[in-house]
Amino acid sequence: MRFLPYLLAGLAFGFVLVKSEAASWYRIMEMFHFQSFHMFGIMATAIATGLAGIRLLKRRDRLHTLEGEVIAIPEKPPGHLNYVLGGIIFGLGWGVIGLCPGPIFALVGMGSIGALAALAGALHGTWLYGYLKNRLPH
Amino acid sequence: MLDWLYAPWPWYVTGPLIGLMVPLMLWIGNRSFGISSNLRHMCAMAQPKGIGVDFFQYNWREHNWSLVFALGTVLGGLLAGVVFANPDPVDLSVAALTMFSNWNVPIAGGFLPPVLFDLTWLSVFVMFTGGVLVGFGTRYASGCTSGHAITGLSTLQRQSLLAVLGIFAGGLFSAHFITPHLFSLFW
Repeated sequence: MRFLPYLLAGLAFGFVLVKSEAASWYRIMEMFHFQSFHMFGIMATAIATGLAGIRLLKRRDRLHTLEGEVIAIPEKPPGHLNYVLGGIIFGLGWGVIGLCPGPIFALVGMGSIGALAALAGALHGTWLYGYLKNRLPH
Repeated sequence: MLDWLYAPWPWYVTGPLIGLMVPLMLWIGNRSFGISSNLRHMCAMAQPKGIGVDFFQYNWREHNWSLVFALGTVLGGLLAGVVFANPDPVDLSVAALTMFSNWNVPIAGGFLPPVLFDLTWLSVFVMFTGGVLVGFGTRYASGCTSGHAITGLSTLQRQSLLAVLGIFAGGLFSAHFITPHLFSLFW
């Protein structure tokens, strides 16, 4: 039962990724070629809503999580190069397969063979990073 | 009456819904919204205890909530993409349709062009290799589109801005200089 909210949140996320067509290879190519406002509209309104939501959470300092904790915004680990280089490598893959990790999971649910191959690749890539981590600039 | 469940939803509806995930995950349990860390947890699950790569030596069971979230995402994809599937192809801009026709990519129903969707050696190779880059890069950068572009930018984190700039630079390069030539391999 403790995990039910996460299951429902994930379900909503997967559902919206598909209904928004952000999980579509065609939409991602269209975005990288600046041929439609669609994906930029999704990104901009998502960030604006996130910002507004965070503001609201911060203002109500007596608001707690479902488990009764004080809400604290987790911070990203320090670093420079790893964010830029990792981002570039991730982007190089995204510009080919047109799927980032969220859509990979959503398309696996749709029974896509291509997404399953991408998931297998992403797991291998993740493992490779873990293997090489200490030898990479961060 | 239920047409809206089958139809795609406009960006001004889906964008805010995706953005709501950030405060929602914080409210549920102080979680940072993001999905790619599950790839690491899945590697950790597969690695036997006590041997192998340090990066995967941790108690992945503490991240069960995250794996459940990913399972939900899979089920959400099933629900929206199979049960309530949009029968029509993606409604692309005229410019995009022209570009795909130049690339020799047919616009079929579904989210991936059939040549990438089908089970052929070449399509599996392309999707797998692209997946390796996505998996490697996303862990190197400590997050993907959800964790950085959505969560990181809406919590104003400098690291996420760096990652998003990198992601976009890499994507622009491959979408302009690699992907257009990829399809000539298939025909």
